[in-house]
Amino acid sequence: MATTSNTPKYTFKDFHSGQQVRWCPGCGDIAILRAVQTAFAKMGIPKEKFVVVSGIGCSSRFPYYMATYGIHSIHGRAGALATGIKLANPDLSVWQVTGDGDALAIGGNHFIHEIRRNIDVNILLFNNKIYGLTKGQYSPTTPKGFKTKTSPYGTIEDPFNPGELAIGSGATFFARSIYSNMNLSVDILLEAQKHKGTSVVEFLQTCVIFNKNAYDYLTKGPDKENNFIIVKHGEPMIFGKNKDMGLILDENSNIKVVKIGENGITEKDILVHDAHRPDPILHYQLAALQHPVVFGVIRSVRKETYDEALYRQIEEVKQASKYHSLEELLNSGNTWEVK
Amino acid sequence: MSDNQKPIVEEREHVVIKFAGDSGDGMQFTGIRFSETSAMMGNEVSTFPDYPAEIRAPKGTVGGVSGFQIHIGSSDVITPGDEADVLVALNPAALKANLRWVKKGGTIIVDVDTFTPKNLEKAGWDTDPLHNGLTHEHQLIAAPITSLTKEAVKDLNVDHATALQSRNMFALGIVYWLFHRDLKFTEEYLEKKFKNKHEIAELNRLVLNAGYNYAMNIQLSRTYVIKQAKLEPGKYRYINGNTATAWGLLAAAEKAGLQLFLGSYPITPASEILQEMEARRDLDVIAFQAEDEIAGIVSTIGASFAGKLAATSTSGPGLALKSEALNLAVMLELPIVVIDVQRGGPSTGLPTKPEQSDLLQVLWGRNGESPIVVLAASTPDNCFYYAYLSAKIALEHMTPVVLLTDGYLANGSKPWKIPNLDTLPHIKPNIIKAGELKEYQPYERIPGTFVRRWAIAGTPGYEHVIGGLEKEAVTGHVSYDPENHEHMVIERENKVKEVQKDIPLLEVDGDSEGDLLVIGWGSSYGHIVTAVHELRNEGYKVSHAHFHFINPLPSNTEEVFSKFNKILVAEMNRGQFFRYLRSEYPQFDYRKHTKVQGIPFTVSELKEAIKKNLED
Repeated sequence: MATTSNTPKYTFKDFHSGQQVRWCPGCGDIAILRAVQTAFAKMGIPKEKFVVVSGIGCSSRFPYYMATYGIHSIHGRAGALATGIKLANPDLSVWQVTGDGDALAIGGNHFIHEIRRNIDVNILLFNNKIYGLTKGQYSPTTPKGFKTKTSPYGTIEDPFNPGELAIGSGATFFARSIYSNMNLSVDILLEAQKHKGTSVVEFLQTCVIFNKNAYDYLTKGPDKENNFIIVKHGEPMIFGKNKDMGLILDENSNIKVVKIGENGITEKDILVHDAHRPDPILHYQLAALQHPVVFGVIRSVRKETYDEALYRQIEEVKQASKYHSLEELLNSGNTWEVK
Repeated sequence: MSDNQKPIVEEREHVVIKFAGDSGDGMQFTGIRFSETSAMMGNEVSTFPDYPAEIRAPKGTVGGVSGFQIHIGSSDVITPGDEADVLVALNPAALKANLRWVKKGGTIIVDVDTFTPKNLEKAGWDTDPLHNGLTHEHQLIAAPITSLTKEAVKDLNVDHATALQSRNMFALGIVYWLFHRDLKFTEEYLEKKFKNKHEIAELNRLVLNAGYNYAMNIQLSRTYVIKQAKLEPGKYRYINGNTATAWGLLAAAEKAGLQLFLGSYPITPASEILQEMEARRDLDVIAFQAEDEIAGIVSTIGASFAGKLAATSTSGPGLALKSEALNLAVMLELPIVVIDVQRGGPSTGLPTKPEQSDLLQVLWGRNGESPIVVLAASTPDNCFYYAYLSAKIALEHMTPVVLLTDGYLANGSKPWKIPNLDTLPHIKPNIIKAGELKEYQPYERIPGTFVRRWAIAGTPGYEHVIGGLEKEAVTGHVSYDPENHEHMVIERENKVKEVQKDIPLLEVDGDSEGDLLVIGWGSSYGHIVTAVHELRNEGYKVSHAHFHFINPLPSNTEEVFSKFNKILVAEMNRGQFFRYLRSEYPQFDYRKHTKVQGIPFTVSELKEAIKKNLED
């Protein structure tokens, strides 16, 4: 990415497209849009280098509201689009906005392969656990048993956890935020931009019309802070409204919630978060944890990206090649003259 | 052989040879070697490989027979020929599958060692054909190929199975002798190909020579020479349709000053295009093997947005998967090239066999009003030119272009005069550079052409968002306005119609008026040309016009048709182009001759069809 000292100084307003935002009042997407615009302004990247792409769904309207290059494409395919753009021009900062249906149902194949290849793009997965744009059918992240228009008696299928799927697909970066926490979201977006490779950022996001209470336990009530933890690389994983709960590994290497001061547990016993460890098992466990829900950068590991490998290989092959022009190729092999 | 026993040397204008064996017997390899040698010795050549979909179909059965047909001659070699003068059958199944395609009086070479009761039964022969009248109608060379091959290599340190894999070289040696071919081209090739496996090169060379010497010694009554063709002077090479297609795109990228991107998923019979592009990293090609057909085309659209000459290659079932994304390209008005190497359908159909049945899918197989440019190549070598033109039209008119080829063109090969790149038409993409415009409006059209400008992602000052939703004219903002939608639908249609100004007029081969005009498109070209020429020589008033531009049609199409009483559309489907022409120009008397057998037309069946339609 070309970032130069003479990159203009931006504010979030520089990334407003001027298009009227058509999400429902109170929609979690609006807060995430603001976080993205704020983060983009801080990245030191010239505006024309950003490309924001999406598939179909409420969240996929996102590019229209950004004053950058962008494509609002077709359902599920944003990952393939982002891949083509990044491979064609690695100098671009490519952002893919998608939802739980777009990325994990119709676009599941592209999602896992994009991550497996480690294409240097940033995937923002807005997870409201419902289909909003088509007005309230269940999605691949809807909790089992949940009643929706297409599951009037409750769903009979287990949901995906996007973090498990991403890390299982070989993700080098996975982070989670929630629409209501602007500062955390901005911090994570900045980390995602810095990460070379596919960055998957899951945003828990409320659909105010069809699934408005989905995240109440994380955003409302006096005890909400007991229900989530924000992890930071190098810091012990402590949480709770009294900062007296922590995560340890039990004798079976499962993550366990403990209370500091009980059963002889002290702060020293609490696991220190290591986002950079290559082994994904603990990151997978953190991403899978239901209680508390883990926010923050869970995994961030450097590995050669597909785009780096592609251009490296092209250079290597060119150096070693017999042909240096099309002319030479056309005239190669068995040829003969007709007089 | 003593001098007084020298065989008669017969001079021939044309000869058709077919090599047939099990799909693991190396028949494609053998056929290609014979074709290259013939081309290098100055003959015109046209080939047709015919192989089963299975990599190793059940051994010894008719379904597992792989064949390679070659037509060589001194002039007018434009089809691989209807019937074979010489058939090489390496087992009873190969004979069973191909006997009906051998000319009366033709030569049949068999490996007599394979004609065991068990193999005869597997191939479905009730009695041994070698002892049942075959010799009455044909010259039979019943060579003990298996045992002589083993004998030829007994001094080499190779195992039984490896030795037998070179049986095809023995057969090739026989045919080389029969046609006075020089062994040196094949020997040089073997040396190059197996330069790190010296013993394999030596094995093949020994067996090739053993076959050649065997033929010399068995006192055949007749051999053949084919006069050199009068080819346009220049440097030639051999090329198949898939390679020509890939190279045509390479040439277009070079002339347009753009890097080439190909996003594809492997599919028969188009995979070689992806393979060739992956190998062309040495020429800066970005080739991406996607996770599926959809990702192939969608990544292509992304690469186009980022300023590449972007293409994807596929076949019928893959095109079906790509259709939603193809429509996105129609809506975005970005340049992409889609290569459809057609095969027999529907569904998985006949993966390795040619058919021309994707035409209506390409023209109309998408939701909404979705006009795109459609071209069709007609010979293996002109795939280069039509791939080049497809890219030129896409880049200059900001539209997806589909190029139709088929399995017959893709795998068929021809000697090709290497083009001088300077003589190809210029390509001028509609890219606008930073600072050229004060304000960029993504859907503002260049007056007179309906073409929008291409602002490549990364260009300062032209940041814009495009998408699959209907957009307002000029600004490109999302719009649900009823009049605007109709206006945009018509503008997209007009943009494609405008392409007509850039394409050549339809040419008529033969008189420009008469009783019957035969219409073809795509790979049936050679067969139709041959049939029409033969009939004209016989005094029939028949002409031929071949379409390379399907949408839009050449501007003189209606005028050309109006000069003929009847129009016969010959195509390898159930009449798709026939329907299309009838809907575009309903006033003419159309007839059709169709074939959906997964094999090309024969000249004789076309002649029959033409005569019949002249009479009715």
